[in-house]
Amino acid sequence: MAKVVFKVGDDVSTDIIYPGRFMATVLPTETPQYAFVDYPEFNAKIKKSEFPPQSIIVAGKNFGCGSSREQAASCLKGPDFVVIARNFSRIFLQNAINLGLKMVICPAIEANEGDELEITAEQVVNKTSGKSFPIIALPKARQAIIDAGGLIPFARKIVLDAKGRH
Amino acid sequence: MGMTMVEKILARATGQSAVKANDVLEPRVDLAMSHENGALVINQFNEIYKDTGLEAKVWDPSRIAIIFDHRVPAESSKTAGNQKKIRDFVAKQGIAKFHDIRGDGGGICHQILPEFGYVRPGSVVVGTDSHTTSHGALGAFSFGIGATEMAAVWALGKVLNVEVPGTIKVVCEGKFKRHVAPKDLILHLIGKLTAEGANFKVIEFHGPAIESMSTSGRLVICNMTVEAGATSGIVPPDAETLRYLKEEAGVKEAPELFGPDADAVYDQVITINVSKLQPQIACPHTVDNVKPIKAVLGTQLNQIVIGSCTNGRLDDLAIVAKILKGKKVAKGTRMLIFPASTRIYLQALKKGYVATLMEAGAVVMNSGCGPCLGVHQGALADGDVALATTNRNFKGRMGNPNAEVYLCSPAVAAASAITGVITDPRKKGE
Repeated sequence: MAKVVFKVGDDVSTDIIYPGRFMATVLPTETPQYAFVDYPEFNAKIKKSEFPPQSIIVAGKNFGCGSSREQAASCLKGPDFVVIARNFSRIFLQNAINLGLKMVICPAIEANEGDELEITAEQVVNKTSGKSFPIIALPKARQAIIDAGGLIPFARKIVLDAKGRH
Repeated sequence: MGMTMVEKILARATGQSAVKANDVLEPRVDLAMSHENGALVINQFNEIYKDTGLEAKVWDPSRIAIIFDHRVPAESSKTAGNQKKIRDFVAKQGIAKFHDIRGDGGGICHQILPEFGYVRPGSVVVGTDSHTTSHGALGAFSFGIGATEMAAVWALGKVLNVEVPGTIKVVCEGKFKRHVAPKDLILHLIGKLTAEGANFKVIEFHGPAIESMSTSGRLVICNMTVEAGATSGIVPPDAETLRYLKEEAGVKEAPELFGPDADAVYDQVITINVSKLQPQIACPHTVDNVKPIKAVLGTQLNQIVIGSCTNGRLDDLAIVAKILKGKKVAKGTRMLIFPASTRIYLQALKKGYVATLMEAGAVVMNSGCGPCLGVHQGALADGDVALATTNRNFKGRMGNPNAEVYLCSPAVAAASAITGVITDPRKKGE
């Protein structure tokens, strides 16, 4: 079980998650300092590492729309957030899978900041409100990458297998 | 069962006779493009090879393109460091399609790729930039990916685990009225589809209004398909594509033309009559918040931006120069112009557009992404309102979350520069 620490609405773009003016910072170890930087209160808590791992961000539809900048996913992976959204924009979804950021597609999710949620294989249970909401599985094409823990270990295995064949 | 354009391209890229939507494939890549975020791709690429005992060599240096455009010239020592890291990598790996910061052969990646003939009909193109959708204008399947995805492409030469996207067919009938442009068509379509309406789908453009559209206009509409969430936009290559490749991109061999099968299966078919379109404006703070211009006429403007991968080409500068000739940019309004490439800049100089624009009071900047994504140049103050021919108006986009950005066509931007408020370029009664 984990707590909702931040709630945002529909169509939250990568310019809100990780503004373009910080794009010169690229390393996943350095990006979390600029996560939601234009929301100073939330950003300050991220910088002070106030959130326990797997703390939850709840979003509306089309989370991560806009730019392909991977910083938008890596800045949330650093503090080990879980993002529950009504749905995700394609490039953000792929970036997040590639980096091992945990995402849950939950089209009917109702939750407020402070609510305690339990995420199972089929549903999100809001322990605070007592309501449950079904989950839609992530794209099956990417399951092998999720299982490998991200695209880097997945691709590393492919290059090593190719070497083994020579 | 017939195939859509993208199904045909993906069948060929995987050596199969047929594929259909939702199949999972690993298509070979014809061209892999990055810009300054190549610095992150390099980092992730080296991570793949870490502790493997293998040398980190890209699969095919002739198929990788790197173009500096997001921060040119470097606005900080950090960016300069990223650019240096990329230059070193380019030299070490032998990457030929590299466009550094130069007055010859520089510019925005989505202009450089078509201009230099790097994109061909039927190609699979990936880029670490969401507006990689642009190159569907030449009949390629071209889509944006993240840096780690690109690192895997550099290593393996293919995109792993791609689901064949479904396709929305958009049929554009009629003829554009004066001062109504491809930009107005795509803004109208995004408003109709919404920001997520084409998520995980391709938009295939057809109809007489597309057939009579220049490659420049096709680049505008494919560029912005991503603002409806689309994986890509695509236009069937035709005589205009051949003309562009031969005359403007200097491609010697004539590529094969192809289109979708007559019985291709589409998720949705939308018909738009462009004759009925009026100038469209995307209002703050989402690109799908589209209104006909009459709804926002008279909105006060602090800054006007002409440029970006969407609308910074020669035909855009031509119409802006024509409207501004002998006129002045309104007092209290700043006008910034960013030609999409140095080739376009030079052409605009030779045609006298640059002089016309400067005499009107516009500032003509060097080619690059400029203020479009709020990285450097032309940032907005709190409370500022901008009107731009660019592609995004998200909160914070032009460098300040307390400012507003409206999006429009070059003709609307030019007419508005003279008055300092959002202005319809059409004369009364048109």
